[in-house]
Amino acid sequence: MTVTANGPLPSRSYDVTVVGAGVVGCAIARELARRPSLRVAVVEAQDDVGQGTSKANTAILHTGFDAVPGSLEARLVREGSRQLAGYAAESGIPVERVGALLVAWDEEQLAALPHLAEKAVRNEYGDAHLIEPPELYAREPHLGPGALGALHVPGESIVCPWTTTLAYATQAVRQGVDLHLNSPVEQVGRRDGTHVLTTARGTLRTRWLVNAAGLHADTLDRHLGHDDFTVTPRRGQLIVFDKLARDLLHHILLPVPTALGKGVLVAPTVYGNLLLGPTAEDLHDKRATGSTAEGLAQLREKGARILPALLDEEITAVYAGLRAATDQDDYRITAHPEQAYVTVGGIRSTGLTASLAIAAHVTALLADTGLDLGPAVDLAPVGMPNLGEAYPRPYQRAELIAADPEYGTLVCHCERVTRGEIRDALASTVPPRSLDGLRRRTRARAGRCQGFYCGAAVRELFEEARTGT
Amino acid sequence: MDGAAEVRGESRIRPPREVDVLIVGAGPAGLATAARLAVAGVARVEVLDREQHAGGVPRHCHHGGFGTWTHPLTGPAYARLLLTAAVRAGAVVRTGITALDWAGPLALNTVGAQGPETIRAGAVVLATGARERPRAARLVPGTRPNGVYTTGELQQAVHLHGQRVGTRVVVVGAEDVSYAAADTARTAGAQVVAMVTELDRPQTTTARAHNARLRHRVPLLTDTTLTELLGHGRLSGIRVRHRDGRTAQLDCDTVVFTGDFVPDHELARRGGVVLDPGARGPAVDGALHTSRPGVFAAGSVLHPVESAATATREGAHVAAGVLELLAGAEWSRPTVPLLVDPPLRWIAPNRVAPGDEHPYVLRTATVLHRPILHVVQDGRLLHHEGLRTAVPNRTLPLTARWNHLVDVGGGPVRVTVARA
Repeated sequence: MTVTANGPLPSRSYDVTVVGAGVVGCAIARELARRPSLRVAVVEAQDDVGQGTSKANTAILHTGFDAVPGSLEARLVREGSRQLAGYAAESGIPVERVGALLVAWDEEQLAALPHLAEKAVRNEYGDAHLIEPPELYAREPHLGPGALGALHVPGESIVCPWTTTLAYATQAVRQGVDLHLNSPVEQVGRRDGTHVLTTARGTLRTRWLVNAAGLHADTLDRHLGHDDFTVTPRRGQLIVFDKLARDLLHHILLPVPTALGKGVLVAPTVYGNLLLGPTAEDLHDKRATGSTAEGLAQLREKGARILPALLDEEITAVYAGLRAATDQDDYRITAHPEQAYVTVGGIRSTGLTASLAIAAHVTALLADTGLDLGPAVDLAPVGMPNLGEAYPRPYQRAELIAADPEYGTLVCHCERVTRGEIRDALASTVPPRSLDGLRRRTRARAGRCQGFYCGAAVRELFEEARTGT
Repeated sequence: MDGAAEVRGESRIRPPREVDVLIVGAGPAGLATAARLAVAGVARVEVLDREQHAGGVPRHCHHGGFGTWTHPLTGPAYARLLLTAAVRAGAVVRTGITALDWAGPLALNTVGAQGPETIRAGAVVLATGARERPRAARLVPGTRPNGVYTTGELQQAVHLHGQRVGTRVVVVGAEDVSYAAADTARTAGAQVVAMVTELDRPQTTTARAHNARLRHRVPLLTDTTLTELLGHGRLSGIRVRHRDGRTAQLDCDTVVFTGDFVPDHELARRGGVVLDPGARGPAVDGALHTSRPGVFAAGSVLHPVESAATATREGAHVAAGVLELLAGAEWSRPTVPLLVDPPLRWIAPNRVAPGDEHPYVLRTATVLHRPILHVVQDGRLLHHEGLRTAVPNRTLPLTARWNHLVDVGGGPVRVTVARA
């Protein structure tokens, strides 16, 4: 099992290297890990997996009901959604099938609902149906006044994006994939039929190359001589409300897309919070993950209309993520056989949902371009620590505490994270390299106090593990 | 992960354990309550604290200002004194135990290293304290770098764990706790670059403000708002804006958000306890009864926040009510709501019955020069009282001398600031 974060990269050539350890890159690595004859690496610019768009999104497992019918995205979301639901169940990734309501607030939106229902059918999703205001308010009594109707999409679910990415990476690494962190790719050359990647940690050679660089996929693509698409980072700011607000909402409330653009959504999270967002701001700076006063004010204004009582609740966290929007209305997954190279670009907000199907699609493209995949094996199943409120957490499991009292020793009180869970995360296959990484693996420090009570104690445990004291 | 089904049932194997009084929170209020009850002869008084050590916030307040004039103490010494008093009197103080949720009218589900346990009591006292609002809850825009603290986290990092903080610190706030945070930062070897407050003056004693400005040369930026955090990875600076529109960037690697306390009311809310809309803690009358029969509340969960001494006094006071209840007194008694009008923010206690003797504490949102407070019910003036100049984030006291005049059949009692 190899995860490296510093020192020079191995000199021996890989068969396939995936650039980018987001949810898509890790899913591809996991799929390739099923082929033991391949030597596979993932190189990641940051110090952890899932550090780009994969960590800061709306955490929804889509049905694909509103994709562009006939598009590659529509197919991969449809397939990936089913695959991920099954994978989550066997891997301990929290998923809650809460269903979505697309709420119409004006006549234009109301008129759009039947078209969306038809579109869902064309996307092979038959369960979407229109509901009238009485049923809507019966389902969501705290909904703001003035809603004219809704489209109910029962299959839409919420999921833990961090655990998903980490599960893929864990399985891939356990099966022999090398994960190299802190290795931003600076240049790509080609010598004697081999790609030579110049990274901050030296060079890495690989016969095949997969570009899953997310926001930076267009830059990497240009290094290889292509000018097929441009990634425009689209910033989404989100507000996470206190868990005490959770009972205000039962479904995901999605906006109805109209000519005036998309509105914001209000959704539960698997951790038991409510999420309000995102904004949609097209930017140029791929590091602009800051929130803004205007963005937050705009979200609160829209939230006040959708779920007025929400605004009285405390805010637990604010974050902003960048989605990889392109000038095209579909994924940009392209094989370049002459270069032994596959571009996986333009994976927008549906990347989490489609990740497993994208991985299978990309693997098939690699085979088409001449890569001999060799025989396939089944991966050993992975059991991820549960971060979701719908499933028992360690502090709720008497038998676990009886076997190991560390699971009854709470460190982070707001999120009820135990010493046992923190210890396990620090000793896991893909361990955290920062307190933020530890938070994404355990929820420690993710609660309403943001470290007022536990921050120093959690840091102490983290530092102890790092220095081995 | 194992399936969900097998697990849930097991946690109820042990039968509920009975105590006379269960106190949640071993800070000054909880420990003082326990000591007083145990001294009065209540046999089974139990205090739970989710932290590994009892004492509450004073545990990590390594400055003076605790204890009394004649016997001044640091926070940790004060916490030890209260713990010793409670334990010597015969109360059981259990740390590392979290009260998770209600298991009945006066029963709580708990968990600790020994596993889950349900505890049933004759009375429950919520003394769960308060915390500072962190950066996100204040909606401060910008990136999410490392180096962002509250005072609570900073004090624990420095005083309990000996951790390093940054080298250049900005303290957001200029009230007592803010100056304590600045002291802690200096103890840790950091330079306090500036203190920032949106108000036009510091909200502490003149001596303390002068000491920080002149002796420690910490500039205080008044009328100034923190508008953005900067930096990827580690904090690199903050942007501020003065009320007059001027903006500036301060280079720093650490920022401490101080004050802006909010009650830790999760257990109260999960128990359906009515909250006061102003203080956001449980609404209580002068006997510190909440809306849930048999459940009392005391300390900073009621009024975020007063001094440890106030919390301790309140512990003794709530114990008297608990003793009456245990002796068979009726729980329900007629009360009317006690409300404040802006610019007052909140008052506690916030329900009133004739005969309540417990003094009130208030907060104002704006500076009030020698205000006169009017206490009014249904247009009838019950009381008026002149005060010294009142400043936000500092205690405003109000006596309870007037409440024998309250008509419990009448409307809410309001406290207003009389126009000069």
